[in-house]
Amino acid sequence: MASAQQALAASATPARPPTAAVRPGRGRDSVKAWPVVDRIAFGLCWAVGIGLCLVTAAIVLFMAVKGVAYLKPSLLIEHPSPSQDQAGSGGFLDPIEGTLLLTAVGIAIAAPVGVGLAIWMSEYQRPAWLARAVESGVEMISGAPSVLLAMFGLVLFARPALAFLSQTSAGGSVYGKSFLTAGAMMSLIALPLVVASTREALLQVPAHVREASYALGKTKATTIRKVLLPSVRPSIASGVTLGIGRIVGDTAIVVILLGATIRTEGAGGAPVLSVLRGTGGTLTSYVRYNSPAGEGNAHEKAYAAAFVLLLMVLGLNLLVMRFSSGEATGKLGRMRMGKPGRMRVVGILPWTR
Amino acid sequence: MPPPVRRIVLEREPTVVSGNAANGSGHGATATLGRNRPESPAQEVVERMRIESVWLAYGERWVVRDVSLPVRKGEVLALIGASGSGKTTLLRSLNRLTEITTGAVRAGQVTLDGQEIAEIEVNSLRRRVAMVFQQPNPFPMSIFENVAYALREEHPIGGRRKRLSRNELEPRVIDALARAGLYEEVAGNLDHPALRLSGGQQQRLCIARALAVKPEVLLLDEPCSALDPISTATIEELIVGLKESVAVVIVTHNLQQAMRVADHVAFMHLGELVEYGSSTQVFDHPRQARTREYVSGAFG
Repeated sequence: MASAQQALAASATPARPPTAAVRPGRGRDSVKAWPVVDRIAFGLCWAVGIGLCLVTAAIVLFMAVKGVAYLKPSLLIEHPSPSQDQAGSGGFLDPIEGTLLLTAVGIAIAAPVGVGLAIWMSEYQRPAWLARAVESGVEMISGAPSVLLAMFGLVLFARPALAFLSQTSAGGSVYGKSFLTAGAMMSLIALPLVVASTREALLQVPAHVREASYALGKTKATTIRKVLLPSVRPSIASGVTLGIGRIVGDTAIVVILLGATIRTEGAGGAPVLSVLRGTGGTLTSYVRYNSPAGEGNAHEKAYAAAFVLLLMVLGLNLLVMRFSSGEATGKLGRMRMGKPGRMRVVGILPWTR
Repeated sequence: MPPPVRRIVLEREPTVVSGNAANGSGHGATATLGRNRPESPAQEVVERMRIESVWLAYGERWVVRDVSLPVRKGEVLALIGASGSGKTTLLRSLNRLTEITTGAVRAGQVTLDGQEIAEIEVNSLRRRVAMVFQQPNPFPMSIFENVAYALREEHPIGGRRKRLSRNELEPRVIDALARAGLYEEVAGNLDHPALRLSGGQQQRLCIARALAVKPEVLLLDEPCSALDPISTATIEELIVGLKESVAVVIVTHNLQQAMRVADHVAFMHLGELVEYGSSTQVFDHPRQARTREYVSGAFG
C-alpha cells in the first residue's frame, strides 16, 4: 500500500506557489454600468431589506423595553386573579403552564403523525392517488386559518361520543373545550411543518444510501428505522421546533377550544386527566385578555407576558438554527425559502448525490 | 498512445511498465501494451455465479441483451464499456437490486452456486452477494456501528431477534475492517462518526461493511470514480487481495483500472456482450473490432 502511494506521490514534482496572484477586482460587474431600471430595482431591494431589519428591531426593542420595565420575577410564579386593579391581578403562572401543556399535547400528536406521514409520502407513495390526496390534504391544512380549525374542532368535540375529551354540563351537553381538544387541533397547525421538513430531508437522501442498506440484506422497514430516520433527525427536530413555535403563538384555538380562562381549571377526577380535560389559557390568550382590547385591561401584565412569549419564540428560532446547522458534519446549514411566508430549514446531508 | 500502466501484483512491488509504441503489424491503430504481467500466485478458481443468456429491461427498453458470463472466486471480473452499455444494470441484477426499480424485468438465468437467484430469499441473497457503490455512502452512525449494522441479523419470521452484544460483534467488526485495510487507521476511533472519514476511508468502510457479512460475491460499481488517485491505488490493491476469498465483479469506466485489477474482462456495448476473455487477451489481442476500438480509445 505504502509503496503504491509513494509511486504515485513521486510522480508529482514539488512546485512552488506563485508569489503574487491576480485577484478579481471589485469592479467586475459594476452596478454603475447597469441600465437605470435595474439600478432602481437594486436600490429598492436594498431599501426593503434594511426596512425589514428596522421593523424587526423596532418590535423586539419595543417589547423588550416594555417587558423589562414591567416584568417582575414574582409574575412568573403567581397565579392570576381577576381584578379591576393591575396591582391585584396577580402573575401569569397559569398561562405559562397552559402554554407548555398545550404545546406538549399538540406536538405529542403532531410529531409522530407528521414523521410517519412524511415517511409514507417519500418512501411509499402507493397508491399514487392516495399520495396525491394526502399531499393536498397537508397543503390545505397548512393554508387553513387556525380560527377555522378551531370552529371545526368545537363542532367535532362537542359530540357526545367524544365527551371523554372534555367536560359535560349538568344538562348533558358536551363543552368540547379542553387541553386535549385544543391540543388535537393545535397538532394540525404544527403537522404541515413537521411533514414538510421531514419529507424535504428524506427526498435529499440520495437513492444509493437506501440501496446500500438494501444491499446488506436489510428490509425497507429496517432501512427507514436505522438509516433514514437518523439521517434526517436534525430536520425532524427543526420541523418540530417550528411547529412548537406555531402552537405557542396561536390565539384562535386557545380562545375557542381552550376556554381562554385566566386560570387553569381542572375537570375533576384523576389528577393529570383532570387538567387535560379541563380548560385554561395560554400566554397569547392572556396577552389578548389584558391588552386594551380585552376584558382584563392590565396593559403592564400584557407587555410582560408578551415579552416572555417573545423570548420563548426567539429561543425556539435559535434552536431551529442550531438543528439545521448540521452538527454531524460541522457544516453550516442553509436556509431555503419554501412557499411564500413559510421558511423551510433544511440541514445539509453529508453524501454526494 | 495510452499512458503507462501499473499492474498490481500481490505481495510484490508494483511494476511500472511503460506502454510500447503501437506495433504496426498487429491491429492497426491498436496499441499493444507490453504489460509485464507475471502470473498471479497459483490459487483456486471456483465458479460461484453463472449468468446465462440474461436479458434485462426497464419497461419496454432492453438494456442488457443476451449476456452470458461466469463469476469466479479467485479472480476479478471487470465489466467495461461506455456509458449506457448496461454494465451497471447487469451488476445490479446479480443481487436483485434492479428489482427496486419499478418496471425492471429479467429473462434468462442467474445462478448462485447452482441455484437460481430468483428462488433465493432476496435479503439472504444480498448478504451472499454484497455490493459497494460509486459514491462512498457510510450511514450516519459511528464507524463501529456501520459495520455492526451489517452484522445484525434481520428479525427472523416467527422467531425472536437475537441482540448481539458489542463484545460479540467487536471481533467480527475488527476483522471486517482489517480485511478492508482500514482497521489500522481507525483502531482508536471506532466510535467516531463514519462521515468524518476521508472519501477513500469511507469507501473502504463501505467495503468493510459489505465484507462483514462474509459474502461469496462482491459487486463493485465504479468504486473509485469519486476518489483521488492515492485512495484509488489503495482500494485497487485491496480488490486484488480480496479475490482469494470472494468472487469480485467490478464495473469500471477506467480501462487502466480494469487492466490493473482484472483477470477476466467483459466488454459490453449497447447492452450486448461484445467480448469476454482474459485481461491480457482483451486488452492486447482483442478479437472483435468494437473491442479493439474501445480499448484503443476510439470511442467511449
